[in-house]
Amino acid sequence: MQPFTTLTAIAAPLIEADVDTDIIYPARFLTITEKKGLGRYAFHDRRYDGQGRELADFVLNRDPWRHAGILVAGPNFGCGSSREQAPWAILDMGIRCIIAPSFAEIFRGNCYRNGMLPVTVGEADHAALLSDASAGASLHVDLSARTITRPDGSAIAIAIDDGKRDALLNGWDEVMGILNLYAGTIDRYEQDRRTRLPWLTR
Amino acid sequence: MPFTLYDKLWNSHVVAEEEGGISLLYIDRAMLHEVSSPQAFAALREKGLKVRNPGAFLAVADHSVPTRHRDRPIADPQARAQVELLARNASDFGIDMIGLDDPRQGIVHVTGPEQGFTLPGLTLVCGDSHTATHGAFGTLAFGIGSGECESVLATQVLRLTKAKTLRVNVHGDLPAGVGAKDIILAVVGKLGSNGAIGHAIEYAGPAIRALTMEGRMTLCNMSIEAGSRTGLVAPDEVTFAWLKGRSLAPKGADWDAAVAHWRTLPSDEGAVFDRVIDIDATKLVPQVSWGTSPDQVADVTGRVPDPAGARDAETAAKMTKALSYMGLTAGMPVRDIVVGHVFIGSCTNGRIEDLRIAARVLKDRRIADGVQALVVPGSKAVKSQAEAEGLDTIFRAAGFEWREPGCSLCVAMNDDRLPPGARCASTSNRNFEGRQGQGARTHLMGPAMAAASAIAGHIADPRDYLGEA
Repeated sequence: MQPFTTLTAIAAPLIEADVDTDIIYPARFLTITEKKGLGRYAFHDRRYDGQGRELADFVLNRDPWRHAGILVAGPNFGCGSSREQAPWAILDMGIRCIIAPSFAEIFRGNCYRNGMLPVTVGEADHAALLSDASAGASLHVDLSARTITRPDGSAIAIAIDDGKRDALLNGWDEVMGILNLYAGTIDRYEQDRRTRLPWLTR
Repeated sequence: MPFTLYDKLWNSHVVAEEEGGISLLYIDRAMLHEVSSPQAFAALREKGLKVRNPGAFLAVADHSVPTRHRDRPIADPQARAQVELLARNASDFGIDMIGLDDPRQGIVHVTGPEQGFTLPGLTLVCGDSHTATHGAFGTLAFGIGSGECESVLATQVLRLTKAKTLRVNVHGDLPAGVGAKDIILAVVGKLGSNGAIGHAIEYAGPAIRALTMEGRMTLCNMSIEAGSRTGLVAPDEVTFAWLKGRSLAPKGADWDAAVAHWRTLPSDEGAVFDRVIDIDATKLVPQVSWGTSPDQVADVTGRVPDPAGARDAETAAKMTKALSYMGLTAGMPVRDIVVGHVFIGSCTNGRIEDLRIAARVLKDRRIADGVQALVVPGSKAVKSQAEAEGLDTIFRAAGFEWREPGCSLCVAMNDDRLPPGARCASTSNRNFEGRQGQGARTHLMGPAMAAASAIAGHIADPRDYLGEA
């Protein structure tokens, strides 16, 4: 996974609530078994009409947001299906940080695993960042310092626990990390479980 | 100290604890399907890893499989390649795969419980948000992404933060003609689509105890639609009776030992929940969604709500947008909504009981002219049982198509897909924009209401068709 340290990028405003993973990545593209190159399907039915022409009123089709690296979204972003194709597609579009008042849990977890930073912010900060994004401004995200710096120089705190921050900063692979640290512990747990609940594994 | 069911399930699966409240949680069992597993297996190959415990997995194709012409190869080359890749991955890594010709084939959340793969007291995951279904057995079950699938395959654990607990007490007896789907639609409507984020829901109370296992699965299935990854019902005699004799359930003395363990799982007297909500079952009427989010629900006897009456501007905006997508007028009676398509099936309502109640509504009746209606059993076992009971004959005589098992028109990944603007009475779990096809409009409801709506040609109250039980 690519480390996430700092990011200076245009932020795109996507104001609506409950943007679900069917909107982010429509189900009919789910027969693709790759995880790379899915950016062309991100927000597909919002970006394109039935003939594949761009819809001018969708924010990510307009300048400067066409080049956004940050998305300022509405509450409950990423709700619905657990499909990891949703964050893969957003990442493939070049967006690595999503800021919202709340996220669906599975989606949020999927972001972390792909080197993407989901940031949950309070109402006032959300309103401020939305206005920056709507003005076409860039934001500066610094994960070490846990801050998002606005164009006026003021900073908003990023709430993230140390473990997730370290993993993102270093680009650690979770699976290899668990195997290196815990292989023996998992063995012992399994032996103990087999003793206590022998019917489970017969 | 008294513990909740969720506490007991969680605590008994903690392998290690890390800083910041993160636990390594042991995963007993996982189901794999063709959509969320290919990238996980690819990652294992890339890193040179094996599957730690192949016996803990069961692979079934369900999302992109066709529901017709199953005697032929899958027509869509991409779907065929995806299903073949699942079989190859399962075979290469030593995992049991249920193929399309296997009598156990079905939607993961229908076939897993049927096989006894799902058992109380276990943790079970799947790369599908409706994995919450298995919580009906007192199983800590939740949906995961492909990356987490990779973790479980390679390590058998997941790094997770414990959720808060939310108890939903459903008091009293359900009135005739009101079922589990109506309870969960009402709960989702009450909590809101993000109301239970960060919470594990336990459904309790007399109306829940009175539900069959099928009803409990319907209930837990849609927990995700309120933002919760997990829905639970405490195991009891109904659970044990349903599981006994299932092919993967414990046998003989093992069965007795297992049941003794399962009896210790229910929440203790005096256990404290972070939140509690109460629902009066006696006041429930059949529920139906009118909008594009599963929390936008109304009584079938009611009217499509007016955004002018919304509690805040944000909700009003969401309602206005939904009305526009759905092509509905605020204030119109719900029963005036004309439907052209009807879908009975999905991991929410594709079980034998769902088919039985729909058939009861349809017996000796015909669907309205111009309505296209589809019944897709949740598994081959459900399909054969229904055929043994003659339900397929009733469906066919009424004008329904009788299909092979799969996710079908719930997720619209195969060729079962609605055209733009089509309006569907659906027993599925999501009414999102484009869910049943680009531009298609979905109304969520129980199987009895879907059958009644097929007959009427508009949304209809199932109680008008059910008669005396």
